[in-house]
Amino acid sequence: MLILVAFAVGEGALPIFSQEGFQFITGTDWNAVYGRESFGALPYIIGTLLSSAIAMAIGVPISLGIAIFVTEMAPHRISTPLSFVVELLAAVPSIIYGLWALFVFRFWIRDLIERPLYEHLSWIPFFDKTPFGLDIFTAGIVLSIMIIPIISSITREILRVVPNSQREAAYSLGATRWGTLRTAVFPYARSGILGASFLGLGRAIGETILVTMIIGNAIGPAAIPTTLFSQGQSLASLIANEFNEAASDLHLSALIGLGAILLLLSMVINIGARLMVSRMVKAVPGGRE
Amino acid sequence: MPAKETIKPVSEATGPMGESSPLKEISVRTVETTKRIDEPQRRSKVSIKGINAWFGSKQALKNINLEIEENAATAFMGPSGCGKTTLIRCLNRMHEMTPGAKANGQVILDGIDIYDKSIDPVVIKRRIGMVFQKPNPFPTMSIFDNVAAGLKLNGVKDKKLIKEIVEESLEGAGLWEEVKNELDKPGMGLSGGQQQRLCIARALAMQPEVLLMDEPTSALDPIASFKIEELVHQLKKHLTIIIVTHNMQQAARVADHAAFMYLGEMIEYGKTLQIFQYPKQELTEKFVSGKFG
Amino acid sequence: MSENTEKQERFHRREVQRAMVKNARKAKIIDKIVSIFAIACVILAVIPLTSILIEVIKNGIAAFNWDFITGRPSAIGRAGGGIGPAIQGTLIVVGLATMIGAPIGILTGIYLSEFAGNGPFPNGVRFFNEVMTGLPSVVMGIVGYILIVLTLGSFSVWAGAFSLSLIMIPIVSRVTEETIKIIPNSIREAGHALGIPKWKITLFITFKSAISGILTGVVLSIARIAGETAPLIMTILGTSLFFTGFNSPVDALPLRIWRLSSQPYESAQTQAWGAALFLIMLVLVLSVALRLLAQRRGFAVKAEI
Repeated sequence: MLILVAFAVGEGALPIFSQEGFQFITGTDWNAVYGRESFGALPYIIGTLLSSAIAMAIGVPISLGIAIFVTEMAPHRISTPLSFVVELLAAVPSIIYGLWALFVFRFWIRDLIERPLYEHLSWIPFFDKTPFGLDIFTAGIVLSIMIIPIISSITREILRVVPNSQREAAYSLGATRWGTLRTAVFPYARSGILGASFLGLGRAIGETILVTMIIGNAIGPAAIPTTLFSQGQSLASLIANEFNEAASDLHLSALIGLGAILLLLSMVINIGARLMVSRMVKAVPGGRE
Repeated sequence: MPAKETIKPVSEATGPMGESSPLKEISVRTVETTKRIDEPQRRSKVSIKGINAWFGSKQALKNINLEIEENAATAFMGPSGCGKTTLIRCLNRMHEMTPGAKANGQVILDGIDIYDKSIDPVVIKRRIGMVFQKPNPFPTMSIFDNVAAGLKLNGVKDKKLIKEIVEESLEGAGLWEEVKNELDKPGMGLSGGQQQRLCIARALAMQPEVLLMDEPTSALDPIASFKIEELVHQLKKHLTIIIVTHNMQQAARVADHAAFMYLGEMIEYGKTLQIFQYPKQELTEKFVSGKFG
Repeated sequence: MSENTEKQERFHRREVQRAMVKNARKAKIIDKIVSIFAIACVILAVIPLTSILIEVIKNGIAAFNWDFITGRPSAIGRAGGGIGPAIQGTLIVVGLATMIGAPIGILTGIYLSEFAGNGPFPNGVRFFNEVMTGLPSVVMGIVGYILIVLTLGSFSVWAGAFSLSLIMIPIVSRVTEETIKIIPNSIREAGHALGIPKWKITLFITFKSAISGILTGVVLSIARIAGETAPLIMTILGTSLFFTGFNSPVDALPLRIWRLSSQPYESAQTQAWGAALFLIMLVLVLSVALRLLAQRRGFAVKAEI
């Protein structure tokens, strides 16, 4: 089935790669006007990676914190409903995150985070642009909100796999809770947590509609972000934006080509993540699924 | 956990245990006022007073009273489910780490009640080492790091000191000769018996005064078990050892004192010889003669 | 032990204890910081959920009335109109996707757990299945477009259902396999002991015991695909008309929300919230049902063991 997917996308993308060659990946132009067609995916690759990186930078530590709270700190009375709530958060469709981000959250971000950063720290090139709320930064943050439930629920499962005997070993040496986490739990769960993060990254990279709604949808060289508050575009969002309006077969093929890049990216990430998670489950004696 | 008050008792509890320590006098006095079940030859290191423990609503220990002698081995024995593991876990406040478990009463270590509100349970575990049923070395760490783990956890940074202590602890656990050339290999690569001795070395590195051993040989073959028993004989010269076992022969071999427990109650406690040869209670007699258990 | 080593040991004991005392306060503070950090993380994560629910309910209720649920969308910029076609479309596409995806997923899962064993081929299938679960849904949309839309020549229900089923199959087969795995072998052996052929055991004993777990998987994946937007853009296109046939475009709730939200008119935005409320209710009802199912399954398994 995967082969079917890869084949279909590969076939659809063939024309654009034969037309533009390697230029398709490194180019920055995006012109669909008949006769002057030119397509380059670089800005969108950057946009995808940057927004996902922001999402990871924010999402992973928070997810880890939640997983720690649920497995290591909270009594059952609190942790059970809390995991339930976090799982509900995972079930909310991304379109609803998008709607909420577009009409509610982006103003919070703009007024509470971006404005102050811009006013006080605009000498740092990252922040040197009048914030608008629809930009890569917002997209990254909303993506992080979306991937937190995913990462934290997998991490929670992984922390649960760590045998209690390991924790007791650390506690019996006079470790505090943090000492126990650091000595016994994290080393044991390291690759699993890494895998969970990568699965979250996979989701962030592939997320389409949410990003389309809030990333600002810039096109061509303008989509290369110069600041965190620039309007950008990700691979997936450009596909969603232009797919129904594709002016020519080549344009369509270019969009499918973006899909091919996206497929490749997410496949690499996913395979990596799965290998890491399964390595953890297998490598550690006493570890069970 | 009240953070502020714990600081001072911490320093007291872990401070040097000189002869002039006022804490010791307190301990002597408390010992004298306790009605002894058995006359200890030397002084009592740990006295257990009225310990009750629960799992949820199920009471696992019922009013246990016991004096543990210093620098000797004491065995808790009894059929499975009798509460011997729970009791040993109460002695370093590990019991209450299990969700839903609680305990009350007094456990007095050198005159300090470890269940006192001002005592930080974390600190107690630094003075009372523990070895578990199944060997549980840290799988990602080397042999050296496993032994050094407790020191590093507790902020010992002096590399030379750590190295010395690791060597000494491995020697103390009778493992040094076997692993001295492969200290950087993973601890999980050792055999079961070696792993258990590694765990003992890990506990010894903390320089504990009391070592709790919760059925340390139940996962091991007879030869490995024998080595651990030998070790107990060595260690008890300088350490107070409390060992849980359901194996009567083992208790007879290693322990100076033995306690027989049944259904959460202390049935009989005395010198090992006396328990095995002249049990006072009928239940004990039945158990040591193998009629049940 | 000689007196010398004993002295050395006493020295070590003191050194270690001194270091520990020095460290105790610091360790405590770090421990506190970590605890506070963890709690802060939980609060940070709960804020968005609360805000989303409040906003969706608050703004969505305003749009809710009978006409809204059953009516057709009005012309762009005009007030009034409803999301009837979108609801109908979502039900049809998701239903069709389930009809395609669930049997394939379940059969794959049964094959993997009962018949395949641990060879390189089933392991490969398992691995790629898992990788598929993580692929972006928009890619599935492209596949649906290339394989179905281009072949049939028009955007259609079929294409949408096909894309969604591609998302569904790996999830269902994974859950099926996992559920069947935890069924105790003794149940199967009881069947073998009675001389029942393997296919019958699988069908009447294993499958029956696993049915609630498998249902969980199916419901989980339905909740997931009901909220998918991206693959629908390139397969069912969206329309303001009610269902006209499997070979023509239909509407769907997520698509409708997207289109409405991109219009600059307030009435459209209110409707977007209304549609969101409907969608979130649909998905959450499925999720909660799933949760209850999972709990029941937990009890059932315990009872069996």
